[in-house]
Amino acid sequence: MTAPSVGGASRDGYGEGLLRLAGDSRVVVLDADLGKSTKSCHFRTQNPDRAISLGIAEQNMMLVAAGMASSGKIPFASTFAIFTERAFEQIRNGIARAELTVHICGSHGGIHTGTDGSSAQSIEDLAIYRTIPGMTVLHPCDDLSAEELTVQLLDHSGPSYMRTARNKTPRVYDESSVANLSIGKGSIIREGEDVCILACGVMVSESLAAADGLIGDGISAAVVDMHTLKPLDGGLVERFASECGCIVTVEDHSIIGGLGGAVAEHLSAGFSVPIEMVGVNDRFGESGTPADLMSNMGLTSKDIQNAAHAAIRRK
Amino acid sequence: MHVNKGTGGMGLDVSQLQELSRKCRRSIVEMVHEAGAGHPGGSLSAIDLIVGLYGTRLRIDSTNPDWNDRDRFIMSKGHASPAMYSILHQVGYLNHDDLMGFRTLGSVCQGHIDMKWTDGVDFSAGSLGMGLSFGLGCALAARMDGSVREIWVMLGDGEMQEGQVWEAAMAANYHSVGNLKVMIDRNRIQNDDFLEVQMEVGDIAAKLLSFGWSVREIDGHSMPEIVDALEWAAGIDDGPCAIVAHTVKGKGVSFMENNPSFHGKAPTDDEFVIAMEELR
Repeated sequence: MTAPSVGGASRDGYGEGLLRLAGDSRVVVLDADLGKSTKSCHFRTQNPDRAISLGIAEQNMMLVAAGMASSGKIPFASTFAIFTERAFEQIRNGIARAELTVHICGSHGGIHTGTDGSSAQSIEDLAIYRTIPGMTVLHPCDDLSAEELTVQLLDHSGPSYMRTARNKTPRVYDESSVANLSIGKGSIIREGEDVCILACGVMVSESLAAADGLIGDGISAAVVDMHTLKPLDGGLVERFASECGCIVTVEDHSIIGGLGGAVAEHLSAGFSVPIEMVGVNDRFGESGTPADLMSNMGLTSKDIQNAAHAAIRRK
Repeated sequence: MHVNKGTGGMGLDVSQLQELSRKCRRSIVEMVHEAGAGHPGGSLSAIDLIVGLYGTRLRIDSTNPDWNDRDRFIMSKGHASPAMYSILHQVGYLNHDDLMGFRTLGSVCQGHIDMKWTDGVDFSAGSLGMGLSFGLGCALAARMDGSVREIWVMLGDGEMQEGQVWEAAMAANYHSVGNLKVMIDRNRIQNDDFLEVQMEVGDIAAKLLSFGWSVREIDGHSMPEIVDALEWAAGIDDGPCAIVAHTVKGKGVSFMENNPSFHGKAPTDDEFVIAMEELR
C-alpha cells in the first residue's frame, strides 16, 4: 500500500469540511483534546468563538453537544473512534433517543491506524453505532469524499457517526466525481459482471486494486464505495446481488456487525447469493505499520481476490 | 395557566408556593399509585425546589413550548418524573388524564422524563449523571446567542457518584458559564439504600467550591430559603453556581419519609389513602 503523492487521509477531509461549514453560525465544533489528530483543530484556530474545548472527557462532550443541539446549534464532536465508544451510552441515551442532530466523528478507525496498537484501533465502532435507531453511519474512503460528506451533514437531520482514518490511502475520487456523492447512496466506482465488491473506508482503494488483479484471472468485478453503512443502500445491494450473483464485503472492521453484517442482514430477507466477508476476523490488532498489519490481518488486495474467487465458486 | 414570559415565574408568594407544593405532592402520589410503579421518594424530596423555580423564576410559555429563548429546566434525575409532570400539570402543559396515564403505552408521561414525548420537558433523562453536561451545552449555546435565558439543572445526590458529573463541573467552571444554575436534591438515599451505605459522596458543597463554583446550602423544604437561594443564584453571572438543598426523601408522607424502600415503589391502596389524607 503506497501513500499517494497528493491529498490526505480522510481525517484531513473532515477538517477541510468543517472549514467549509464555518460560514454557518449554527455550526459549533467540540473537542476532547484530540483536535490536532481529528483535524478539527483548523476550525478552532479560525473560529475560536465556536470551538468548545472540553478536555479529555468524552462522556461530557457528547452531552454538551446534545444540549447545544437542543438549543439550535449544529454540533460536530470529534475524538478517536475508540474514545467515542467510551460515550456509547451517552450517544444512545442522550443524543439519539432524543433525536438530536449531533454529528460525531471518530478518527483513527480500524487496524490501518497502525503503530499505536490495539488500544487505538477501533474495530467495532461501525457495528455498535449501526444498532442505534435513527443513527446515520458513514465511513468515507478518502479525503475528498470525507470532506464532501462532512459538508452534506449540514443539511442532515438526526444524529450521525462518521469514521475517518488516520493514514492516507490512494484517492478514489477527484474534485469532479466527488460531487456525485450523496449520503445514503452507494457510489459505483466500477461496473462488473461476475462478482460485486462492496467496500468502505481505506478498503475501497484496496478493492480497486483487487478488481485490477481479477482482470488477469478473467473476472469482471464491480466495486462499490459503501460510504454510508446506515441507512444501507439496499436497492443498490440488491441490484448487484442479482446482476453479479455473489458479493464480497470488505472493511477495516470486525466481520461482526459492520458492512458485511449490514449487507448480509439485508440480503437475508430474500436473496440467496453467496457472501464472502473480508474484515478483521474477531481479534484485536497490535502495533505495526499499516501495510504490515493489513497483511497480517488478511486485509490486502490479494485477500480480496481470494474472497472473490471463493464467492464465485459458491454460486 | 399561562406563565408570564417577560418577568419569569408565576409570581407566587411563599404561601402560594407552599400550597402549590401540596397540590403537586398529591399528584405525585396519585399518579404513582395509579401506575402501580414509579419513584415517589425522590419526587417528594425535589418538589419544593421545583415549585420554587417555576413559581418565582422560570421564563416559559406553555402556549409555545419550543420558544427558543425560554429558560431551561434540565431534570437530570429523570426517575423523579412524577415531580416534573405534577408541575407541568400546574403550569398548563399536561392535564389530569395525562397524569393518570403515567407509564402506560403511548402516554405522554413516560416512566422517565423524555423531551420527545412531553411538551415542557427540556431533556431526555433516565440515565443518571448526564443532565449537567446537557445543561452546560444549553448554557454555552445561550451565551453564543447573546440570550438572557437561564439554564437550571437539578441533580440528585446519588447521581453525583457518576464521574461525568465531575467532568461537567470542571468544564462549567473552565468555561465560566454564569447562566448555569444547579439545584442539588441532597436527600441522602439512592436506589438500594442510604448513600452512606452505598457510597457516600461527602461534602458536596466543599467539592463544588474546590471546582471553582459558587455554592449555597439550604433547607430544601423551607420555601423562604428556596426563594432566597434562587434569587441568589440568579444574581451570579461570572460562573456556575449550585444550591445544595438538604431534603428528606419522601417528604410529606410519613411512611415514605427517609425510607429507602420508597425510592422506586408505589403505595398500596391502603397506603395511598393514608398518604392522601396526610396531604389534604
